[in-house]
Amino acid sequence: MLLIKGGRVIDPESGRDETGSIVIADGKVKDFLPGGDAPRKFDGRVIEAGGKWVLPGLIDMHVHLRDPGYEWKEDIRSGTAAAAAGGFSSLVCMANTSPVNDHPEVTRYIREKAASQGTANVFPVAAVTRGMEGKEMTDFAELHEAGAIAFSDDGMPVRSSLVLRRALEYARAFDFLILEHAEDHELSEGGAANEGWTAHRLGIPGVPAAAEEIAIARDILLARQTEGRIHIQHISTKMGVDLLRMAKRAGLRVTGETAPHYFTLTDAAIEGYNTNAKMNPPLRGEEDRMAILEGIGDGTIDAIASDHAPHDEYTKRCEFVAASSGIIGLETALPLSMALLAGGKVSPARFVDLLSAGPARILGLKEKGSLRAGADADVTIVDPEAEWEFRESDVRSKSRNSPFFGWKMRGRAVAVLCRGRITHSLLKGVDPDA
Amino acid sequence: MEWRRKHVLGLADFSTEEMEFVVDTARSMEEVLTRDIKKVPALRGKTVINLFFESSTRTRTSFEIAGKRLSADVVNFSSAASSVSKGETLLDTAKNIDAMKPSIIVLRHPASGAAHFLSRHVSCSVINAGDGSNEHPTQGLLDLYAILKVKKKVKGLKISIIGDILHSRVVRSNLHSLGRMGANLYLCGPSTLVPKEMSRGGVTVTNDIREAVRDADVVMMLRIQLERQKTAYFPSLREYSRKYGLNTEVFSLAKKDAVIMHPGPINRGVELSDELADSSQSIILNQVETGVAIRMALLYLLAGGYGASH
Repeated sequence: MLLIKGGRVIDPESGRDETGSIVIADGKVKDFLPGGDAPRKFDGRVIEAGGKWVLPGLIDMHVHLRDPGYEWKEDIRSGTAAAAAGGFSSLVCMANTSPVNDHPEVTRYIREKAASQGTANVFPVAAVTRGMEGKEMTDFAELHEAGAIAFSDDGMPVRSSLVLRRALEYARAFDFLILEHAEDHELSEGGAANEGWTAHRLGIPGVPAAAEEIAIARDILLARQTEGRIHIQHISTKMGVDLLRMAKRAGLRVTGETAPHYFTLTDAAIEGYNTNAKMNPPLRGEEDRMAILEGIGDGTIDAIASDHAPHDEYTKRCEFVAASSGIIGLETALPLSMALLAGGKVSPARFVDLLSAGPARILGLKEKGSLRAGADADVTIVDPEAEWEFRESDVRSKSRNSPFFGWKMRGRAVAVLCRGRITHSLLKGVDPDA
Repeated sequence: MEWRRKHVLGLADFSTEEMEFVVDTARSMEEVLTRDIKKVPALRGKTVINLFFESSTRTRTSFEIAGKRLSADVVNFSSAASSVSKGETLLDTAKNIDAMKPSIIVLRHPASGAAHFLSRHVSCSVINAGDGSNEHPTQGLLDLYAILKVKKKVKGLKISIIGDILHSRVVRSNLHSLGRMGANLYLCGPSTLVPKEMSRGGVTVTNDIREAVRDADVVMMLRIQLERQKTAYFPSLREYSRKYGLNTEVFSLAKKDAVIMHPGPINRGVELSDELADSSQSIILNQVETGVAIRMALLYLLAGGYGASH
């Protein structure tokens, strides 16, 4: 038995935002006790949460754990440690490992290693096509039975519209979800930064916004054609947000996510050939950033995901065009997203929706994203006032590729529970469970 | 003025005073070139390494001659003969060379920002001799000097640069040298090769060569770099030449005393007619001359010759 006492419980899924206590037993939420007064005598551990936010465990639905195959960049143990430190109790890991997660054995390996060594729930995404080659579909049903939660060729999006059409149509029978990294590879080929003034001035080959937008439009049209379910990953452009809005108005089963860097930074961050500001899709212009904020504010964008992409130092310590794309994000997604609250367009409940209830809904995780009685005891406790600096020496990930070192952050996860087990704690007298 | 710069990576952060100072220094270097024995001992005992990852006979030769005329020991390291083809990174190659204690590395590299990157990891000075599509600062300075020689000033001149603007590091350096010195700059080429964003910062972008050449004081033609074109940016060289090639008919729209420039090497008959390339209004070979003087000036300033003799 465990009691999280007297915090501000924000649980949009059950419509709750009030002071109260959460009772946890056997890895499940057992009860909610309203008010600041919890039972004076409680037979179990007590976590004092006065002044803190008590949220359903955050879910990062876009993570690269690099395991199997690239364990020097990250592995399941270090990746889930970073997740816990960043406030996440669950994460969804992409299939671009080596070997690619296109076989049930790989899916099972990830699930089992996460269960034995991890400090977060790990939900593997399997590839849409074998070897992520964009040709033959993987065995969706068998992969799902092995534990794959959805399907994506993230990083190597399905080029052929015909193959994607078939995949969406086939997946519909099982109500499986396909996650799409939207990119027209012919248009983006050779590009290393957003096509715009900054890239032109620095002489860096550009990636036009249309490379993303054409792919999003195609994905939406195929979802319409097949009545399949598709989720657009890391939206970075204004027209991308507009297209998603239009699809939703048309009643299509399309959802979308963005990443904190797309509403926090612009392509100005690549100045000086900063390879830690190189990602795919690239950081865009200010107009795009504003449109992403608007899409978050009006509910067009369903989720914020970090696109945590660890890379070893030497693949970033080189010429800009030669550098790997991507940044680590698990340990900065929470505070960067909390900065949205200051603008007033995002309420605390909406914030929780973007990082927990929303991803749970999209992924069909019925026991997650809520603190109602009976749900899994995944809880993130946040100190909304905590001010701290993001320092390289504090990073739990094996990789250090972040443009945010030295940033002053506000808001921090002070404790995380994963099915009742304490996976992270900065609170006095509360130690993480071994 | 006092020269404090350790590297020459690009003209983006050069002040106009600094550019004028380099030109003034080049002017005094040029005096050496008029002598019978074209060599001074200014950089004796200093080593200059030309680190070239792209083939460029003329820029490398220009730097080599500049260094030798100042008595520096000049070593050429080109990618064909290097371990780069064995997969060594730019950083490892550079650190190896840095460990041999040169005074200056002159870097030519196909990646934009390569010189900036290198300068952060070596202890010697770095001169950018062209990095991808970013900058070619010595070209920007030698163009400035070549124009000053014939026009005495840059301010108020209509200078048109015509050709592949998109991939040109020469343009990106000239935007700073000629642009900041007050020239009225026109960038011209087919719309696929002139990004519309380039019109920021007081530059006129046009796709009409006649508009660019009309009443121009200087017309600078760029080499059409066929080797960079994976997918075609224009239908054919024939059509390019007809729409964007400079010939006597188009050039007659320019001012009577207009001059023609080209960073070389020229595709005769494509961007520039044979006749004009060899005409009295062409200052293309003057550019080659000022190139040696500008590079001597920079090697001299960076290798400490300036501090020692003042």
